[in-house]
Amino acid sequence: MEVPILKQGAVLIATFQAALSDADLNQLRMGLVQQVVKFRSRAVIVDVTAMDVMDSFASRTLREIAHMIRLRGAETVIVGIQPEVAFAMVQLGLTLEGVATALDLEEGLAYLTQKFKNID
Amino acid sequence: MSKREGITKDSGTRSNPSVELVRSEAPSELLRELVAHLRQNRTQLREEWVVRITETRLLTAMTKEEIFAEATSVYDSYVEALETEAFEALQAYARNLSERIIPRGVETHEVVGIVLLLRDVLARSLFAKYQTDFKKLNRILDAYEPAANRIANTVAVGFVQERERVIRQQQEAIRELSTPVLQVRERLLILPIIGVIDPQRARQLTEQLLRGIRTNRAKVVVIDITGVAAMDLTVANNLVQTVEASRLLGATVIVTGLSPEIAQTLVTIGVDLGKMNTVGDLQGGIEQAERLLGYKVEKLAEPR
Repeated sequence: MEVPILKQGAVLIATFQAALSDADLNQLRMGLVQQVVKFRSRAVIVDVTAMDVMDSFASRTLREIAHMIRLRGAETVIVGIQPEVAFAMVQLGLTLEGVATALDLEEGLAYLTQKFKNID
Repeated sequence: MSKREGITKDSGTRSNPSVELVRSEAPSELLRELVAHLRQNRTQLREEWVVRITETRLLTAMTKEEIFAEATSVYDSYVEALETEAFEALQAYARNLSERIIPRGVETHEVVGIVLLLRDVLARSLFAKYQTDFKKLNRILDAYEPAANRIANTVAVGFVQERERVIRQQQEAIRELSTPVLQVRERLLILPIIGVIDPQRARQLTEQLLRGIRTNRAKVVVIDITGVAAMDLTVANNLVQTVEASRLLGATVIVTGLSPEIAQTLVTIGVDLGKMNTVGDLQGGIEQAERLLGYKVEKLAEPR
């Protein structure tokens, strides 16, 4: 199942579905990293609201996406982590350090708008 | 619940051999005779027992009338248990009795004490009755003692179980009371923590906070630990986890009210609080949170 990547202004939005295989995650990672430069995007929002389980591979992929996007000159915001998922993640030591997070898509967009305004 | 059943079954099998022994040696007529004796002298023995209870200063939390009323029903249940050897009824009665007297502040030693007193009072009456026939006395005591001990056991266990149940219930209540997540401004929550934090409570606090962050769409959370007396490595790590989990939901956490002792402990045990945002007191924490949220609180006039 391929993850659709939407373009909203200067932001790319990718929404995770509940069950993603490792191959899907890898594909998403490559897709995002390619498109962020192609569309000259300034930021990427990854929405994980639908994920009620986050394994270490998914968590690592998220962190890798964030770091790769940064190397490509844009920023990443992870949005919609469920409370139970967040609790499980920190217990496993998966804290997504250095990656911006927000409550949901709306918050993520607001965060980026604020940030762009400060930079411009 | 299953624990209670387990104990019942266990004590049943344990005392069976002794009952078997009594039966093979002396027919249950002995017990019947014993019960008849206890019924006959009910008034006198009961009064003697109550006098002994008062003398030994047990059940001081209860009035004389209450002790007498309670003693009567305990006596009757006791004799009945001796007669039928059915301890379920006695067990239920013990539980019921405990439920009534625990809130009055009756202690375990008192309950065990009065049952043992009753055992002694009855045993003495048996000595008096059979003093001329030592062999008969011996056989009567053979029948009486195991049953009496088992009754004492049942009542004591029932009482302790009831107490444990009450304690568990109260712990539960305290736990539920002790985790308020309060919204003080739009998108600003405070979580005052008071008392001892154990791993279970820490987990509950975190879960409640995370749910609160989502429902209130909070961006900043102030965790105030002024009321936490001590902190060890586990609790400190739990706190760090809470902060990290909140961040995953997009909320910034400010920890306030770290006492000098706790600060000392944390530095000594080497907990990495680098990622933690700490402010001296709750007021400072709320002020910083307001700055983060873009609020500016201004005093309009001098207070009247």
